[in-house]
Amino acid sequence: MQSSHVRKRMSVASLTDPQIIVPAVGSAFAKLDPRTLVKNPVMFVVEIVAALSTVFLLQDVLARDGQDLGFALQIVAWLWFTILFANFAEAVAEGRGKAQASTLRQTREETIAKLIVDEKTELTVPTPASKLGLGQIVLVEAGDLIPSDGEVVEGVASVNEAAVTGESAPVVREAGGDRSAVTGGTLVVSDWLKVRITAAPGTTFLDRMIRLVEAPSARRHPTKLRLTVLLAGLTLIFLIVVATIPSFASYAGGTIPLLVLAALFVALIPTTIGALLSAIGIAGMDRLVRFNVLAMSGRAVEAAGDVDTLLLDKTGTITLGNREAAEFIPMKGASEQELADAAQIASLADETPEGRSIVVLAKEKYGIRGRDIHELGATFIPFSAQTRMSGVDIGGSWIRKGAVDAVLVHLDASGTQGNRKKTTGLTEAGHEIDAIAESISKSGGTPLAVAKDGKLLGVIHLKDIVKGGIRERFAELRRMGIRTIMITGDNPMTAAAIAAEAGVDDFLAQATPEDKLKLIRAEQAKGKLVAMCGDGTNDAPALAQSDVGVAMNTGTQAAREAGNMVDLDSNPTKLIEIVEIGKQLLMTRGALTTFSIANDVAKYFAIIPAMFIALYPQLDALNVMGLATPQSAILSAIIFNALIIIALIPLALRGISYRPLGAAAVLRRNLLIYGLGGLIVPFIGIKLIDVLVTALHLA
Amino acid sequence: MNALLTSCRLVIATMLICVAGYATVIWGVGHILTPWTAQGSLITASDGTVIGSRLVAQDFTEAKYFWPRPSAVDYDGAGAGGSNKSPASADLTVRAKEIVTKYGATADNPLPAELAAASGAGLDPHISVDAARYQAVRVAKARQLPLPEVQTIIDMHASSPGGFLTLGRLVNVLEINLALDRAKEAP
Amino acid sequence: MPLTAILFVVFIVGTAIALSWPLGRYMRWAMDPAPAGGVAARFTGAFQWTGGRIARVQQDWKRYVVTMLIFNVVMFIVSFSILALQQYLPLNPDGKGAIDGSLVFNTAASFTSNTNLQHYSGEVSLSYFSQLGALMWLQFVSAATGIAALAALARGLAGRESVGNFFVDVQRATFLVLLPAALVVASLMLIGGMPMTFQGAAHVMTLEGAEQVIARGPVAAFLTIKQLGTNGGGFFGPNSTHPLENPNFWTNALSMISIVLIPMACVWMFGRIVGRLRHAAVVFGVMLVLLLAKITGAVYFESAPTAAFADLPITQNVGNLEGKEMRFGATSGPTWAVLTTSTSNGSVGAMHDSLNPLTGVMPMVGMWLNATFGGVGVGMINMFLYIIVAVFIAGMMVGRSPEYLGWRVESREVRLAILALVAHGLFILGGTAIFAATPWGTEALNNTGPHGFSEVLYEFSSASANTDRASRGWATTRSPGNVSTGTIMLLARFIPIILPLAIVGSLMTKRRTAESAGTLGVDDGTFAAMLLLTILIVGALTFFPAGTLGPVAEHFAYAVR
Repeated sequence: MQSSHVRKRMSVASLTDPQIIVPAVGSAFAKLDPRTLVKNPVMFVVEIVAALSTVFLLQDVLARDGQDLGFALQIVAWLWFTILFANFAEAVAEGRGKAQASTLRQTREETIAKLIVDEKTELTVPTPASKLGLGQIVLVEAGDLIPSDGEVVEGVASVNEAAVTGESAPVVREAGGDRSAVTGGTLVVSDWLKVRITAAPGTTFLDRMIRLVEAPSARRHPTKLRLTVLLAGLTLIFLIVVATIPSFASYAGGTIPLLVLAALFVALIPTTIGALLSAIGIAGMDRLVRFNVLAMSGRAVEAAGDVDTLLLDKTGTITLGNREAAEFIPMKGASEQELADAAQIASLADETPEGRSIVVLAKEKYGIRGRDIHELGATFIPFSAQTRMSGVDIGGSWIRKGAVDAVLVHLDASGTQGNRKKTTGLTEAGHEIDAIAESISKSGGTPLAVAKDGKLLGVIHLKDIVKGGIRERFAELRRMGIRTIMITGDNPMTAAAIAAEAGVDDFLAQATPEDKLKLIRAEQAKGKLVAMCGDGTNDAPALAQSDVGVAMNTGTQAAREAGNMVDLDSNPTKLIEIVEIGKQLLMTRGALTTFSIANDVAKYFAIIPAMFIALYPQLDALNVMGLATPQSAILSAIIFNALIIIALIPLALRGISYRPLGAAAVLRRNLLIYGLGGLIVPFIGIKLIDVLVTALHLA
Repeated sequence: MNALLTSCRLVIATMLICVAGYATVIWGVGHILTPWTAQGSLITASDGTVIGSRLVAQDFTEAKYFWPRPSAVDYDGAGAGGSNKSPASADLTVRAKEIVTKYGATADNPLPAELAAASGAGLDPHISVDAARYQAVRVAKARQLPLPEVQTIIDMHASSPGGFLTLGRLVNVLEINLALDRAKEAP
Repeated sequence: MPLTAILFVVFIVGTAIALSWPLGRYMRWAMDPAPAGGVAARFTGAFQWTGGRIARVQQDWKRYVVTMLIFNVVMFIVSFSILALQQYLPLNPDGKGAIDGSLVFNTAASFTSNTNLQHYSGEVSLSYFSQLGALMWLQFVSAATGIAALAALARGLAGRESVGNFFVDVQRATFLVLLPAALVVASLMLIGGMPMTFQGAAHVMTLEGAEQVIARGPVAAFLTIKQLGTNGGGFFGPNSTHPLENPNFWTNALSMISIVLIPMACVWMFGRIVGRLRHAAVVFGVMLVLLLAKITGAVYFESAPTAAFADLPITQNVGNLEGKEMRFGATSGPTWAVLTTSTSNGSVGAMHDSLNPLTGVMPMVGMWLNATFGGVGVGMINMFLYIIVAVFIAGMMVGRSPEYLGWRVESREVRLAILALVAHGLFILGGTAIFAATPWGTEALNNTGPHGFSEVLYEFSSASANTDRASRGWATTRSPGNVSTGTIMLLARFIPIILPLAIVGSLMTKRRTAESAGTLGVDDGTFAAMLLLTILIVGALTFFPAGTLGPVAEHFAYAVR
């Protein structure tokens, strides 16, 4: 499938890359600043606890009361490590984005634009790009960097957009139509363009992109906020749990050291998910970026996971962009061979994919070898929007192929056969070809009439080719509960045939932009979230209305602004992957939350007996892990609590493995792995650490 | 203000129907269907004096009577209650030791547990058949009755409280004591 | 477990389940009738007439809560006045005198909040008028308040435009649900031998010639609504262990069934109003699993003999008998202990203070979770809080923003749910902490050591869970205990009603999303597992340290011995 081997724009730095690790270690310390940490309530609370514990430790040191400070020292150290590990996770996640941003920044060097001051004489004045105002028109010639985002008003040129998309093959940009948008920082490689500036300095696409990849954490993720509320609530519950213990202990006639309470508190509150929450979000955005999709908001990424209905354009998404010749259907009185021969000659010089597919079919099915058009002495008549035909002239003889209508008109003009406009009705041949054309349309194909020297020979059946594997893909989506709707300009008959072949759930034929908008509103009224992609200016309202609107980077400026994501590869099939990335992001958050909370069971069993054993020696029976001493038990729990953060960083960054299954199956799987795993793993982990701690005589 | 007024109207309606109405109806049903138990299952002697409630244990200390389970409230029918002691409490051990001494239980002739354990309300009218048989020797001796006769009285009054849903059979202490007294009077 | 024990539990729980299904159906008919036509709709007209103009409007959640609170304030004032003035009021054949002010506050708060924590002993302190006019009346209307609140919650979740009208709902619950049920059950209780008299205490001359005063009264009417409305406040001090409040095995069985019947039916009613019976079945299943686990644990631990008799010549072959009645059978005590605390009922069929330590954990777990069927109406509402948290975490795990029944669960809902759960933990642990560490608590204890700690913990658990009476024997006539538990009961009653209704109110303002194969299913076993995990970790583990220092420490203390 096309989308499965999407190019990677930047060389992706791996986790172990020192370029990311080294600065991340530094920034882990920088992030200890309470002003930054306060955004993460769980870790902020840990920091307060760690700071207070440090003060108590200092008090003990100063008092020199001769007690063993080694244990206390270790607890305090591990409290700080817990925060540092959390900061480190976030810093590593941010590392990739930072590296990308600095690469992007290099391309945003100050350019001197050629500002056109007089339209008639085309007099230009060199002006720094940062001084360009909205609506001003600049001239960009081969070798120039386009100074800012804009709309081509005149000219056609090849533009290398590698700076933005990473794709080095140049693309064509021209005035009018859907390819009129240019991006600041991209390079004109041939010809020239006149560009009207559409972005104020500092708000260009490149500027936005840098901001997006550099500080993904600054964006609001609604679910992350909600989760933070939950985690803060749990922290509060555990605060109550721990805060009441001293009073319970005093009933039993004992006291619990403050450090032990601090350790219990930090072990119980959901530090694991608290530490990784930010990293998971950043990594999710980063996965999109590496996928060459820029999300304009965190909300959009999450919405992608919630999508119920996908609107997919037929061409390019469901079918290959090009149709292929599938069959030659001769008219009465013409042979198949004759038709194939004429079609092949007419297509020899036709470099369009349809033309080439006709040559291929003629060879494969009728054994007609390729011929050289010059040897035949033929002149190629290329396709034009006016004639809607192409063909060849060989001496006095001619062959034309094109839309059935157009060919009939041509025949009529040459005065031979089948007049449908000027005379009263269709000729017999006219009726016959209409019948053939209709049956082709019904089957989802496109008819192409072929005429030679004033005689209709027959019709070429051009077929839409449904992409390989797309059917399975839609089946997957259906299992995930997502409905697919194909959008096409084709007539309903053709659309129905392709829809059936591709396995989409529904289709919208002869779709106008208004129809699309109406469909989106109707779906939303049913309580569904809708995703779509689009590129044209007239897609803009639908893009804006949809919950997830992916604009193609090749599209118009209007489309790019209306969507909440931009696909730099302009590959509409990616909508499916975007949905998956959105889901994976949420799943990773949920799974690690479950894991984090489930861990508490083992931590209780490690710390509670250790804590109360001085009060009631019989509580050793609760020490189910058989931890060596109370001190080693508490230390092991707190070490496990810190190390698990480091251990889970790769998972947080990669996201949990994703399978396109229904919600019930996904929940069962994740609950088994992260729920049950979260119950069991810490029992093993804490025991192992305890063995190690005891062996090293740390406690 | 409206809500306050409505609340008061509802208070009146619910008071009338759920308190006055409901209590009266249930009282009426009891009065007609089960007049004796509705008054508290009181047992009246032949001379018309009320000698107890079938449902409420009374204190028996004389050797000629079967003794009920211990009561944490001294069989106070106007202020019932349990010991509220932990089953591991030393107080219970002390109490149990006294009872063991009272019954003269030994390792060879151990005391059935309920005779050492106070009931929830301190008014449990029943003991198990085993606990009754345990006392039968003493009662027979005190009354100078043959042991089988006492045991027959126990068996006649024994019943299973919940059929197959409970284990063992119980006797009502007041009932068998009354039966004993009557058996003595009869000849 | 011996076969008799299994049969007994199956008989009680099975009968209750079987009856809960038709009752749930009936309750839906009574509480949420179709707007036009039919008998239930005609009743609605009558209730609107009683309620006046304000009963005719459709309320939003805020109006609903405000009118509910106003009604409850009136309930409190009325009952407070009756209790405070009982010596001047009629139906006082035994001439009961005035009650201490703080005890009046505690008792009124206790019955208004459907808690029925009893810091008094009914037959000692209260006149018949107080028992019936204040307490039994509150047992009807406070239970009705809970059912009404659940109906409102369910309507909101069903996507109705309004949550209903409190004044109509509370009458439906009182007159159509509780009253008919009470009439039927009370009649059966009478047949079972329960007293129902307005005569004063009987003075009898015992066989040995001693005088015995036997308190009695209108017990059957009182006891029935006590059980059905998960109220739990007994007519007599020792509650349903008293032979006049629970004469035999069959009244005992009927009492136990009555305890869980309406809470079980509430789950079905909820499912029917929301239109999701399968979801209700899953919730019911989770509750049932917790209930049976607790019963199994309790019955098992209670089969251990009384530790105090260990070295004495005493035959112990039926487990611990201290504080239990012979006529109910050996399994009844622990089973009742679990049922009553699971449903925040709090009546007792055996003395909880004298349960074996780990048996005693089971009732406490019930109160800590407060959602294994729970109090009438409010049990399901409490479960709703856990569902919100479970849905939130599980929803993310299936890769979507969390939704419950199509409603998007967002920050506000999570915040409110967590707040309610925090409050429950705070009341229990905070209250225990203050009283365990100060003479206020320690001087009132019946026992020392871990068992004494358990008593304090139990007291505050039951106050916060709106469960119980002072059955753990905390000597409870002191002002600090009366005032603190009284206040906790009121807060713990209304916080978990108001916050869930606020959640629903907030959900109702949103666009409801469509459900598909991709949305989190709330009616399968996987969700049940998730819900169970959430309840155990968020609910039960909060109390792990406290439980360790109380019953667990006590258990291991003599396990070692």
